[in-house]
Amino acid sequence: MLKNYIKMALKVLRRRKFFTFISLFAIGFTLTVLTITAALLDHTLAPMPPETMAGRTLGIYRVEARGENLHVRSSPGYRLLERCLPNLPGAEAVTIFSNHTSVNSYVEGRKIESQLKRTDGAYWEIMDFHFLEGHPYTEEDVRNANFVAVINDRTRREFFGGGSAAGRTIEADAQRFRVVGVVADVPIYRNNPFADIWVPTTTAKNDLYRSQYIAGFTGLILAKERAAFADIRAEYQTRLSQIDLSELDYENVDVFLSRPETYFEAASREMLNTSIEDTKTIYLFAYVAGLMILFMLLPTISLVNINVSRILERASEIGVRKAFGASRLTLVGQFVTENVILTLFGGVIALAASYVILIAVTHSGLIPYAEFEPNLRIFAAALGIALFFGVFSGVYPAWKMSRLHPVEALRGKML
Amino acid sequence: MIGLKDVEKVYRTAEIETLALSGINLDIREGEFVSVMGPSGSGKSTLLNVIGLLDEPSQGTIQLNGQPIESLSEREQARIRNRQVGFIFQTFHLITDLNVMDNVEIPLLYRRMSGTERRTLALKALDRVGLTSRVRHFPSQLSGGQQQRVAIARAIVGQPRILLADEPTGNLDSQMGEEIMGILTGLNEEETTTIVMVTHDSRLAEKTERTIRLFDGRQVN
Repeated sequence: MLKNYIKMALKVLRRRKFFTFISLFAIGFTLTVLTITAALLDHTLAPMPPETMAGRTLGIYRVEARGENLHVRSSPGYRLLERCLPNLPGAEAVTIFSNHTSVNSYVEGRKIESQLKRTDGAYWEIMDFHFLEGHPYTEEDVRNANFVAVINDRTRREFFGGGSAAGRTIEADAQRFRVVGVVADVPIYRNNPFADIWVPTTTAKNDLYRSQYIAGFTGLILAKERAAFADIRAEYQTRLSQIDLSELDYENVDVFLSRPETYFEAASREMLNTSIEDTKTIYLFAYVAGLMILFMLLPTISLVNINVSRILERASEIGVRKAFGASRLTLVGQFVTENVILTLFGGVIALAASYVILIAVTHSGLIPYAEFEPNLRIFAAALGIALFFGVFSGVYPAWKMSRLHPVEALRGKML
Repeated sequence: MIGLKDVEKVYRTAEIETLALSGINLDIREGEFVSVMGPSGSGKSTLLNVIGLLDEPSQGTIQLNGQPIESLSEREQARIRNRQVGFIFQTFHLITDLNVMDNVEIPLLYRRMSGTERRTLALKALDRVGLTSRVRHFPSQLSGGQQQRVAIARAIVGQPRILLADEPTGNLDSQMGEEIMGILTGLNEEETTTIVMVTHDSRLAEKTERTIRLFDGRQVN
């Protein structure tokens, strides 16, 4: 039966070219946008190198200080992280690193702009970078404030052409560093590992950062397992509550908030611009799902309309099928199958179009170091969306059609 | 075989009621070839639709093979149409997107049957109407007579015991009409298929065993 439905669907699509084109265009366009959105979200939020351990990582991305005439939302400061992160129960490792800042270098009269991040040694244990040459700097390098650096592939090309960089010297932010390692480029939307140049925190031009509770840094906690998240969060809050608010960078602070968040929680809070207290990932899910449904709704309604008129054009066929023994359920099955096949074609077109667009974006340089390529997760998402689309836009017309009275249908009359 | 008792069919709209059939009492024996005649609007097609379970009577009872059909569900009625009844329409009602073979196979799609079995039965039915050389043609590539022969093949492919033909020669010239009539007569005589045929043509009606005449929805003979 299914084989015949498929055969019939292919025949109908082949013989009604204009309808097929309109439908495929609507489905293909919508699915392309959704697939690209899914790809962007996937590349931004899913665990992938160098953040392979993101699933059991918590981050301190945000602090909030409130008081009379004061409301500050910022990244945490080094002092806060230094006080609250060491030796947390259930933590395998913790790292404190600065937000990336733009620095300039001059090579043979040429200005090179790079993003520089200052980190500790543990950063390289939590991040799973792919080293093209050399190695990361160590905790000892950080303790001794050695002027060493890890650079990315793009920086190596900028400074040294195609040649090896390990052991050579670069100048950045008016400081000179010896390159100890070169890593593959990391795209800008992976905020934690992204930079062009990484150097020890202790090489900063002054020690001011050491006394600041607010701004400039991020802390990551690699838990031994996800089950330890609750203990880590509880202990963090205990330590946070022990901070004397008068020590903070701002005066008259009444409330000082900060909490370890998963990357998804942090992304959810950032995208929805909510307070740390209100962070709920369900909001992001609901937001994204709502947008997707809204985006899918219009073409779906159009498709429902196209399908109703298309199916009613085939009233005589429906009458014949009923006369020769097709029940309502059988007819619904046939027309939903036709619709699902149509949308699966749309899905294949969308997948191909998304692939081309993602590759084009990757090569355009619009997003630094972006490396988009559709993967199995994205393909599965696109397939799921296509099937949802097919069933959703096919069921109502199929049900309406199955209600046609056979005699009226044979006369070519509509509902 | 087919029994109708006090059958009435009324079509109602918001404004008017139309009495399409009234007080119809019929008994059609197995293997009988019956024609139905009457002027346009006399209820001939409605009678055929009611017998074929495409339409429900407003009143009265219908029995097929001794089985009352009023109490049957939509699915059970569909099953009876599939197994026991074959329809032939004046305007053929072939599906233009499908070729001859696929059109003929339609009734078999709603039975548990392999593709090979379907093809074998469809070829047999097409052979019965002399159209085995046109199996890959589409309806638009056939003459009216050929299309009606495809429609007959579709009606008989499931080997139903009853054939309901609604002016099967109405859209054909007299020669084609004779050919179609010849096929129907053959089916009735050789395979004892019960046939109820609506026609305007008294010459064709004379070739059947009995003629039921309708006028304003009532039997007049």
